Amino acid sequence: MPPVTSVVPGDPIVVAEDLTKVYGDNRAVDGISFSISQGESFGLLGPNGAGKSTTMRMIGGTLTRTGGTMRVAGLDPAERGPEVRAHLGVVPQQDNLDEELTVRDNLIVYGRYFGLPHSYLRTKADELIEFAQLTEKAKAKTTALSGGMKRRLTIARALVNEPKLLLLDEPTTGLDPQARHVLWDRLFRLKEVGVTLVVTTHFMDEAEQLCDRLIVIDHGRIMAEGSPRALIREHSTREVVEVRFGAQRNAAVVDQLEDVATRLEVLPDRILVYTDDGEAALEEITGRGLNPITSLVRRSSLEDVFLRLTGRTLVD
Amino acid sequence: MQDLQRLAASGRVPAPEVMAARARRWGWWYYVEYWLRTAKAWFQSILIYMVGEPLLYLVALGVGLGTLVDNGVGTVDGVPYLVFVAPALLISTVVMSTGGELTYPVMAGFKWDRLYYGPHATPVTPAQIATGHLIGVLIRFVVQSLIFWAIMVAFDAVPRGVLVSALVIPIGVLSAAAFGALLQAYASTLQDEGYQFAFVQRFVIMPMFLFAGTFFPLSAMPVYLHWVGWISPVWHGTQLARQVTYGAVEPAWLTVVHVLFLLALTVVGVLWARRSYTRRMGS
Ligand SMILES: Nc1ncnc2c1ncn2[C@@H]1O[C@H](COP(=O)(O)OP(=O)(O)OP(=O)(O)O)[C@@H](O)[C@H]1O
Ligand SMILES: [Mg+2]
Repeated sequence: MPPVTSVVPGDPIVVAEDLTKVYGDNRAVDGISFSISQGESFGLLGPNGAGKSTTMRMIGGTLTRTGGTMRVAGLDPAERGPEVRAHLGVVPQQDNLDEELTVRDNLIVYGRYFGLPHSYLRTKADELIEFAQLTEKAKAKTTALSGGMKRRLTIARALVNEPKLLLLDEPTTGLDPQARHVLWDRLFRLKEVGVTLVVTTHFMDEAEQLCDRLIVIDHGRIMAEGSPRALIREHSTREVVEVRFGAQRNAAVVDQLEDVATRLEVLPDRILVYTDDGEAALEEITGRGLNPITSLVRRSSLEDVFLRLTGRTLVD
Repeated sequence: MQDLQRLAASGRVPAPEVMAARARRWGWWYYVEYWLRTAKAWFQSILIYMVGEPLLYLVALGVGLGTLVDNGVGTVDGVPYLVFVAPALLISTVVMSTGGELTYPVMAGFKWDRLYYGPHATPVTPAQIATGHLIGVLIRFVVQSLIFWAIMVAFDAVPRGVLVSALVIPIGVLSAAAFGALLQAYASTLQDEGYQFAFVQRFVIMPMFLFAGTFFPLSAMPVYLHWVGWISPVWHGTQLARQVTYGAVEPAWLTVVHVLFLLALTVVGVLWARRSYTRRMGS
């Protein structure tokens, strides 16, 4: 691979310390610190309003921070915005394509903002259109694309300057399950060739699939940090039994489940029984004649980690 | 399967420092390029408008009303009414066109289509986006002034000579910049749906058209209304335009005032817009 820029492999490419953003009296990002290594795939996981997008925008320096420090490729985005953003590919949460332009023109126009010459952009646009699987639509106006196609175009657009660091704010929102998996595969392969990924999501499976390491954010604060597996090991049991007794009976049964579980979570529609051996726990529950309406044994996920840390579910 | 190694690092992209340096220098122009590309889509309809409007105005006011005026009072400012009114119509129509170009499209950039936020994530800065948008619009006004001027020549409304009268083109563009930059800056401060634009249209742009010496000399109005002309870029632009098309006579100091006033408004508007764009996009 050709050498790129001042960035030294292995060095952290993003370092945030005590990062803060205050809107009025709302501390949207409340003193968070993290560091992302080159080539890593880093996740920001949290519910609506947690401060994920706000954090992302402060990485690129498109949002002024209230406090703390930020270094991207060794530079402060607040002072060296253009230099920092020349390293980045940004996929914003909300698409902002020009609907009046064609798919191809959207890519070319965007590439020009990086000072890239037309000779480069002509071939690059075709490669990116192939990446986004939009070959048939290359000459169509962007208005004519479906939501998922627009999303793919936005992601392709972010690659026009061959960024070393890709910021993806909820990249797969609006994609169907198959398109999501295709995209994960593509992102995974980009990571393999050395692109650093920063992904925000509130999809558990996305975080588990894509991220080497992640931070769980709530109310602008970091609740936990680690690899998906380590987080699950640390904050949850190996397995979970989900049992439903109907809204009326749920409360009544809880007492009789206490000693079956390492821990219980009572949700409005179901009870989560945390245990290292789900089958055994379920056998015990039915053995006591409790007869749940439905039951399900599954492995613990990040959802459980989040529930444990915040007392709330991530997707409602 | 696509070669992602090639997609991610073809070796054909310059170092980030180089891209950033280019954008710092030329970012405003990249936005102009984009603006021109979008303008291509509606260029045909705008062209019809840019040709049709001068024709309508010159026939109705210059020839139609002009015949009446010339038969009544003889000449205005020493020239036929068509010659008197034509340069003023050029300036007025160009300045009035800012009302369409630098109001709702600015709202669309910030709010409706969020078009400004695409380049905002690149090395191009909000200040460059502001200036690029203005310059794109001014390029349109170059074309518009040029067409108007050509039609004036065809109507034989430039007694000072074709060559000198071509100066109405830069004068028209400067007048539009003086008002347009301020309008763009103001539009960038609005958070709601832009209801204020109707007000601006009726109570700022229309009075400038009617009372800034367009149809009759400022001196024909009572003194207590002269200020409308003095604060209006349309009046200053019109007075300059009249000098180059038919040689209207004015003291030299006043000519200097016209030019300085238009330049000053432009500079204030551009600086205000750059600042306002930077603030708004960074928050
Ligand atoms: N421009 C703004 N002005 C005022 N408050 C804002 C602004 N942008 C975000 N906020 C507030 O900051 C907090 C964090 O918002 P942010 O968009 O970062 O959340 P998020 O984690 O990305 O959520 P989501 O999953 O819904 O995208 C929220 O409370 C939000 O209301
Ligand atoms: Mg968000």
